[in-house]
Amino acid sequence: MSAGHAQIELRVVSKPDYLAVARALVETAAQKMGFDAETAGKVVLAVDEAMANVIRHGYGGKEDQPIWIRIDPIKDEGAAAVQFVIEDQCAGVDLGKIKSRPLDEIKPGGLGVHIIQEVMDKVEYRRRDDGRGVTLRMVKRLVGGGSQTGEK
Amino acid sequence: MAKSDASFAGSQDLPDGVVATLAGEIDYSRSPGLRNKLLELVAAKKPARLVLDLSGVPYMDSSGVATLVELFQAQRRANAKLVLFGLQPKVKGIFEIARLNTVFSIAPDLEGAKKA
Repeated sequence: MSAGHAQIELRVVSKPDYLAVARALVETAAQKMGFDAETAGKVVLAVDEAMANVIRHGYGGKEDQPIWIRIDPIKDEGAAAVQFVIEDQCAGVDLGKIKSRPLDEIKPGGLGVHIIQEVMDKVEYRRRDDGRGVTLRMVKRLVGGGSQTGEK
Repeated sequence: MAKSDASFAGSQDLPDGVVATLAGEIDYSRSPGLRNKLLELVAAKKPARLVLDLSGVPYMDSSGVATLVELFQAQRRANAKLVLFGLQPKVKGIFEIARLNTVFSIAPDLEGAKKA
């Protein structure tokens, strides 16, 4: 995984049962970093969707592959924000195909990317520096000047 | 009950249909099992009114929502109703983000769901 010292970091294998573990971590971290309970809940949903997409589409349901989550308070264009980074080692993911679908058609599936984009202020997918996998960087700003410690 | 079915907590007949009670967090690890149980229930009972009690569901992700959309479509094809009640704040939140809060029939409680 890429170098760096995140304030909070979790490595978990791609087992759907562990999504609940990641949610618990993200919810606690988001609240500690200044989000109110409602916003923290939405952030948890976005991270959960991102991880489920990695498990389902990236790893094709394999349950023994690594996923990393890093959480850091940052400044985003001068505003206090929290950065959530999800990294994987998925091979062959076409980043151009990761997109939201129109919501006017009522059909099951395909909502995850929409949810991530709707909840987060910034969403960036890129190949990892070592070429093995994808890095998803999501930023959510703290609105209303929530208390935050340890900004970079 | 298999772990994957754990989101399905039982059902109860109504004069014109059935109430299914869901429980716990419904995410990608649990929605496939729930989907199977609910589709089995609909196939067996063919309810004119399918009511889903979500009051015991504190969290749902898009895979859970996809299951409900599939049920919505199945009921609509059968000219039958699907009514939800007991949505907790996080579940309401995902319905709003997915713009599905105006698509589904959502009642405040069981009595409302029986009349919707």
